[in-house]
Amino acid sequence: MSKIHVTTTVNGEPAEFLCEPQESMLDVLRDTLKLTGSKEGCGSGDCGACSITLDGRLVCSCLMLGVEAEGHSIGTIEGVARGDELHPIQRKFLEHAALQCGFCTPGLIVAVKALLEKNPNPTETEARFWIAGNLCRCTGYDKILRAIMDAAAELRGEVAA
Amino acid sequence: MNFVANKSDLKVVGTRPVRPDGMDKVTGKAQFGADLTLAGTLVGKIKRSPHAHARIVAIDTSKALAIPGVKSVITAADIPDIPSEEAFVGEGPTNFRDQSLNCIARDKVLYEGHAVAAVAATSSAIADAALAAIEVTYEVLPHVIDVEAAMAEDAPILFEGMITQGVDPKPTKASNIVKKVAFGHGDWQAGMAEADVVVEGKYDTAAVHQAYIEPHACIASVNPDGQTTIFASSQGQFMIRQYTAKILGMDIADIRVTPAEIGGGFGGKTIVYIEPLAVAMSRQAGRPVKIVMTRDEVFRASGPTSGGTIEVKIGAKKDGTITGAYAMVKLQAGAFPGSPVAPACMCAFAMYDLKNVMAEGYDVVSNRAKVAAYRAPGAPISTFAVESVMDELAIKLGMDPIDLRMKNAAKQGTKASYGPVFPVIGFEEVLEAAKAHPHWTAPLGPNQGRGVATGFWFNIGGESSASVFVNEDGSVSVVSGSPDIGGSRASMAMMAAEVLGIPYEKVRPIIGDTAQIGITGVTGGSRVTFATGMATTQAAERAVDELKKRAAMIWDISPDAVDWKDGEAVPAGANAGGFDPLPLAAIALKAAKTGGPINAEVSINAQGAGAAFGAHIADVEVDPETGFVKILRYTAVQDVGRAIHPSYVEGQIQGGATQGIGWALNEEYIYDKNGRMDNAGFLDYRVPVASDLPMIEAVLVEVPNPRHPFGVRGVGEVPIIPPMAAIGNAIKAATGMRLVSLPMSPPKVRAAFDAAKG
Ligand code: FES
Ligand code: FES
Repeated sequence: MSKIHVTTTVNGEPAEFLCEPQESMLDVLRDTLKLTGSKEGCGSGDCGACSITLDGRLVCSCLMLGVEAEGHSIGTIEGVARGDELHPIQRKFLEHAALQCGFCTPGLIVAVKALLEKNPNPTETEARFWIAGNLCRCTGYDKILRAIMDAAAELRGEVAA
Repeated sequence: MNFVANKSDLKVVGTRPVRPDGMDKVTGKAQFGADLTLAGTLVGKIKRSPHAHARIVAIDTSKALAIPGVKSVITAADIPDIPSEEAFVGEGPTNFRDQSLNCIARDKVLYEGHAVAAVAATSSAIADAALAAIEVTYEVLPHVIDVEAAMAEDAPILFEGMITQGVDPKPTKASNIVKKVAFGHGDWQAGMAEADVVVEGKYDTAAVHQAYIEPHACIASVNPDGQTTIFASSQGQFMIRQYTAKILGMDIADIRVTPAEIGGGFGGKTIVYIEPLAVAMSRQAGRPVKIVMTRDEVFRASGPTSGGTIEVKIGAKKDGTITGAYAMVKLQAGAFPGSPVAPACMCAFAMYDLKNVMAEGYDVVSNRAKVAAYRAPGAPISTFAVESVMDELAIKLGMDPIDLRMKNAAKQGTKASYGPVFPVIGFEEVLEAAKAHPHWTAPLGPNQGRGVATGFWFNIGGESSASVFVNEDGSVSVVSGSPDIGGSRASMAMMAAEVLGIPYEKVRPIIGDTAQIGITGVTGGSRVTFATGMATTQAAERAVDELKKRAAMIWDISPDAVDWKDGEAVPAGANAGGFDPLPLAAIALKAAKTGGPINAEVSINAQGAGAAFGAHIADVEVDPETGFVKILRYTAVQDVGRAIHPSYVEGQIQGGATQGIGWALNEEYIYDKNGRMDNAGFLDYRVPVASDLPMIEAVLVEVPNPRHPFGVRGVGEVPIIPPMAAIGNAIKAATGMRLVSLPMSPPKVRAAFDAAKG
């Protein structure tokens, strides 16, 4: 089977790759583009460890084909920080100890960023439902919710950074 | 040195700094098991049995080997047939032969998902084609899944030679019962005779998986001279090295295992599944081989913990004093011996000070994946039953359930139901804190109820190694042998910084590979902050001794005349001389001239782990229409000894409690009539998600462990023990119904409502 040439944008930069027609975007990211920050926890859309954005919309990259990236813009965990400056969500995850093993963390940060871009002022319940597709087996979500609410407040400019 | 007494003097311990590995983990840089690829890496995959129980008649790999791009195909014939040998690796007693047969089946497959062959190929698609081309001829045998069915006279037998141990007289006939255990003292039957009230019940629990989000993953590379490197996600690099060497008949020194970041383990990554297969195939192919399990494989082929049945009987006087207690615990081991029945029995009644107590249990094999450790192995199962019966007893006596527990609470000097006499423990403090918490008296609405339950875990010590390197510029590197699952690197750096008297940021901890640090047991049993923390503390103390010696040399005085204070050498008194303090960095700079590098390595077998207790309060609302149970509020109180990094201690408690909530309400292995798992994915095996839960309040009680330099007890296991009974007791309070079977899922709650209506 011949590979397909795909032209896309990854984390704001132009990117090209060759992939099999049936190859998932997650495999392309991890194996071809060497962006291993997106994780595979299930490969079936149930855990959210592979969360990325497609033109700003949150998707499970394990459920997306690599060829579907053609002409679109992909955002991954590797593009969340600006240079050596962490995104406030990343900083709040660290300050609140919102990770233990850290395997769910890249997917959660991508998901939370997408949430706060859409809804800068979520209630705790809204935030809980938004991340319900991102499994974390370590933390019980408590500190993750605190980090989300705190990051949202900071991004709204309500508390000093 | 003993730091326990003066908490107020501690500068680093007890604070909440950002963890040293955090930056890598929030930016996606951290390398987990599946993230490393070496030049020429082959994709390894495993062929698994579709049958729950079958004899392997023949395996034909010739067609697979003929596919271009297939570089290795192995079966058990490519692995040494090692003899039975008992050992203690990982989190419990184990047998090397069983581990080998669990990695790859030899004559029989014992569960659906049991590995029968493995392939390594140049691409994932070719590996899949090779798996499909392997022909296995099976003779399907009758299977048995459930524990009591497996104990029946006419049950299909997994091992022809299995004679139950621990019963008298010794049976003459093979069975699936591996052994019987018993723990207790006094005369429990006489205790029942003294009782005014006796409550009993039979409970059952389902097998549940640790469900770490990262599937098992490793990459192995073998050189032609046999030297082997493995990069793998596990709870112990030394555990992988030992098992791999044993299973493949290699020298330990030929294997170097580098611990990847680990994406959760909870006990499930304390044994090997894929590493020996990757090594065997890399040896054949002469190229690195990477194996990453799918989620389906994780569920079907890696160990969950046991389900089982538990019968409990407790007798008490009218004032609540327990006169006798008895439990019978029957646990599924899966396909090989080794359920956690012993700790289940040992922990069942350990919260209480009892004169007459007995807990007996059976370890039973059946055609399920071999169980692996899961957070406080065994204790949640027996405790679900015991703490449910305690709740019934409180109701019958008309007593407050916390008061009933307080009346019988174990304390310093209590002879524990599993043998030893308790040293300083904090169970009474935990109960007092639970009772004083505003949650205990908050108002409830209709269909709502509140439950309380407690739990006990020993915590363990064991072998640990740590090194402290004082660098030329005064910064410090700490190497330890414990994979960090939940922030333990931060704790190591904090303890070293505290002893050295320097800022936390000056200490950088790493986790050594098997060639860089001495043997260290697995991250499990709530031992790391205790045992590896003790090794780290001692290594830092030795570094301080050396720093004092060097300062003495610089000042030309006796080392005894030097004190260490806030990261500086100071003269011990006026007689020592009038020298200006020498900071650590200044001494480090002169190390070459005063005797060379300043390092200390400590390897210990840590003793004196402090037992820990918890009490959880759960509020639920039960929907009588759907049977859905919603957790409204949750408070977990625990004696942690001393919290080194309180955020990560709270995190352990919140995470453990949440796993217990999943165990209580949703999680279970479901089998079809052919013994195949029906729900091997996160869609159907439902772990708690964020929208299922409220905030989980962790209340830290600190009764320091006198045997640890900072007072640490273990933390990680206790919080998974009380939730099932706490929630069951809350459902009872809300509805009047006692649920005796886990999970307390909507269909079961509905059925209970229907049964109650008659
Ligand atoms: S890996 Fe994509 S949702 Fe789990
Ligand atoms: S921190 Fe381990 S899964 Fe979330």
